[in-house]
Order: sequence, then C-alpha cells, then structure tokens
Amino acid sequence: MIIEARGVSRSYGSTPALREANLSVAAGEVVAIMGPSGSGKSTLLHCLAGIFTPDSGEVWFDGRRLDTLDDGRRSELRRTAFGFVFQFGQLVPELTAADNVMLPLLLGRTRRKHAQRRAAEWLERLELADLGGRRTGELSGGQAQRVAIARALVTRPRVVFADEPTGALDTLTGEHVMDLLVGLAREEGATVIVVTHDARVAACADREVVVRDGRVSDPYTIGAVR
Amino acid sequence: MTVPLALLGLLEREPSHGYDLKRDYDTIFGRGRPLPFGQVYSTLGRLARDGKVTGQSEPGDGPDRKRYAITPLGRQEVATWLAEPVAAEPYLQTVLFTKVVLALMLGRDAAGYLDAQRATHMRRMRELAEIKRGGPLTDALLADHAMFHLEADLRWIDVTQARLGALAEVVRAS
Ligand SMILES: Nc1ncnc2c1ncn2[C@@H]1O[C@H](COP(=O)(O)OP(=O)(O)O)[C@@H](O)[C@H]1O
Ligand SMILES: [Mg+2]
Repeated sequence: MIIEARGVSRSYGSTPALREANLSVAAGEVVAIMGPSGSGKSTLLHCLAGIFTPDSGEVWFDGRRLDTLDDGRRSELRRTAFGFVFQFGQLVPELTAADNVMLPLLLGRTRRKHAQRRAAEWLERLELADLGGRRTGELSGGQAQRVAIARALVTRPRVVFADEPTGALDTLTGEHVMDLLVGLAREEGATVIVVTHDARVAACADREVVVRDGRVSDPYTIGAVR
Repeated sequence: MTVPLALLGLLEREPSHGYDLKRDYDTIFGRGRPLPFGQVYSTLGRLARDGKVTGQSEPGDGPDRKRYAITPLGRQEVATWLAEPVAAEPYLQTVLFTKVVLALMLGRDAAGYLDAQRATHMRRMRELAEIKRGGPLTDALLADHAMFHLEADLRWIDVTQARLGALAEVVRAS
C-alpha cells in the first residue's frame, strides 16, 4: 500500500465529516472516491494528503505515519511526493501557463533553466505547447485544468490528488482532461486518487469507493457483491 | 424491430445479395450479435412480399443468386422510420424499482442490493470506457450511448439510496 487511512475521523466543530474512514490504495492504482455532496469526500482527500490532520485514526504514506509529522515535514512531503489538481485549477491567473507549471520546481529550488525545460516538456505532453506564454486567466476551463495537471505532474509525484477535476467542464472536455490525467499518471507510475460524483469520470479509475455520511464503503471488499 | 429497417437502409445504399447484406449488417450494426442467415432471408422474403424490395434472380443456384434492391415504398419506409423518435422507454428502471420495493417489502437488504447494483454498473462503465479508449469512433459513440444510460441508472440508484428510509415507510404502510 502506498497510502492508507486507518479509522480516520474528522469533525468541523460539532459537525462530524469523517467517521472512522478506511481506505487503502496500492502504488500505481487509480482510485475514484464517489458519494453524495457533503458526504466527506474532500475531507478524506485532504486527510490523506496531509493537508488536514485527523482528530483520530492514522494516515500512512509509503510505510510512514503521515499524520504525526510536524507541519514543516508534512508540507515538504506534499511538495515533493504529492501533486494536486482541484476543481478550479488554483493557478496564478497573472502568471503564464509556463510560469505556473514551473512554480513547484522553483519552490523546490530547481535551477530556472532546468525548470523552464521541464515545464515546456510537460506543457507539450498536455497538448499545450503553443499556450506556454499565455496568462492562465485567459485560458478556457479545459486548458486551465490541463495546465494544473502539468503543474501537478512536473515534480514527478508519487501520488496525485484530484478533487472534482472536471467539475466545471462539459462532458467531452472533462473526458479529455481525465484521459490525459490518468494516462500520463500511469506513464509516470504515479498513484491517482480522484474525488468525483461523475460516474463517467470514475470509470477512468481502476476501482471506486463510495463515501456516505463520513464512512467509506468499498463495494469490492464488503459483502455487497454476491 | 430494427433489423428489417436496417436491411432496407443498407439496400437503399446499394442493391446487394443476402450474404453481403448479412456481412454488412454484422459489421455495422451486429456488434457481436451476428444475424442468422435464416433471419436475413426470411426478412428479405417479407420485405419482398410487402413490395419494399425486389429480388432479381441471377443465373446459378442457391439462395444467394438473388440480388435485392429497394423499392420506392421501401425508401418511404426508411425515411419515415428515421424521422420518428423512439418511445422514451424506461429501460432498466422497472427492474431496479421492482427489486428495491420488493426488498423493502420483504424486509431484505435493499441498501446492499443498491450497492451491489451500483458496483455492477460501475464495472460495466469501466469496460465501456476501455472500449472507448482503444476503438474507432463508431464504437466510442455506441459505448457513450450505453454509458449515458448507465449513468442515469446510477443517479437513480444514488437518489434512491439516499431516500431508502422514507421509501421503506411508504412501502410498509401500503
Ligand atoms: N470548513 C468547514 N467548516 C465546517 N463544516 C465543513 C467544512 N468543510 C466541510 N464541512 C462539512 O463537512 C461535511 C463533509 O464535507 P466535505 O468533505 O467537503 O464533503 P464532500 O467533499 O463529499 O462534498 C459536510 O457536512 C460539510 O458541510
Ligand atoms: Mg468536496
């Protein structure tokens, strides 16, 4: 298992969002987290990615406890081992596509020249070779998400976390974005955990789990399948 | 229902022998469910009887010595059929609905059934997504059609799952 939640609970004030959630993901797997809105999908993703610390339970990454690391070590891990794609790319709109993709490399103190080359490479893999100089605020939704994918993969992460990456896109654009995300992550050997309520998006994954009321049910391991 | 119309449509494209017609049907529409020869010839026979195709005998023997062509009446039939929307059928819905209501009525595990159905639907969705990735556009479009229908079922499954408690009360009260 590359990443695991073991009995993870998390509340916002008095609102329980996760109740002893369990999820194990093997290296190289693509897993979809589905479920109604408000069921705790994003909270689970954030706990797995070390963005939130659980109130109780454990999160393991690559054989190590993640939830007990101090803030500095956790953000270091997020920067080096994880990549993120959110519903709205969370790109810096005033920067060009290339600069956005370079950003995580520069934060990791990669030399500028090298970062530029890597960014250009990744923009090309996302079929954005011509748009590197364009400010991301001027891109279409699908183009912006492809820039976000380039930025998530440019650091060669072990795990990519995506939260509704196609939520703001139409069917065909969303499908294209998902094909690129999953296809490239597989080429890189990266694990993907994608939150989505869209069955077509989830169909790109190897398997799906369903979150209901803060609990994870895995239809392939629980007695649901006869 | 669609077989006679599909054969008529193929004949509107060009006159053909029964054998070639079957081969074209299997390639374009059959999708792993080839049309039996018997059905091809019986369908062509009915279409000829109704004046929608003509069968021109050619020298030689065997059933395949007939070359079929569409008539103006046949063309009309194809045109009408193509302009006509299909009844908005509820597909699987009746089966799913019946199973859920019956499970609730009998005190069985309706939620478990819905989970299992959901997993089965998702497995099929993944197979279809795989077909789309590798295959030609025609296959992708057929897969899409199936996926959108499965998606509608999945949404219904989720909504029903969320309302199972209320539904159980209604069912038990009836
Ligand atoms: N920042 C927050 N403050 C208070 N409640 C929150 C916050 N974020 C999420 N919640 C609540 O926690 C529950 C789970 O939320 P979330 O994980 O975002 O669900 P999902 O991603 O499945 O829509 C919901 O009831 C939501 O209202
Ligand atoms: Mg969410």
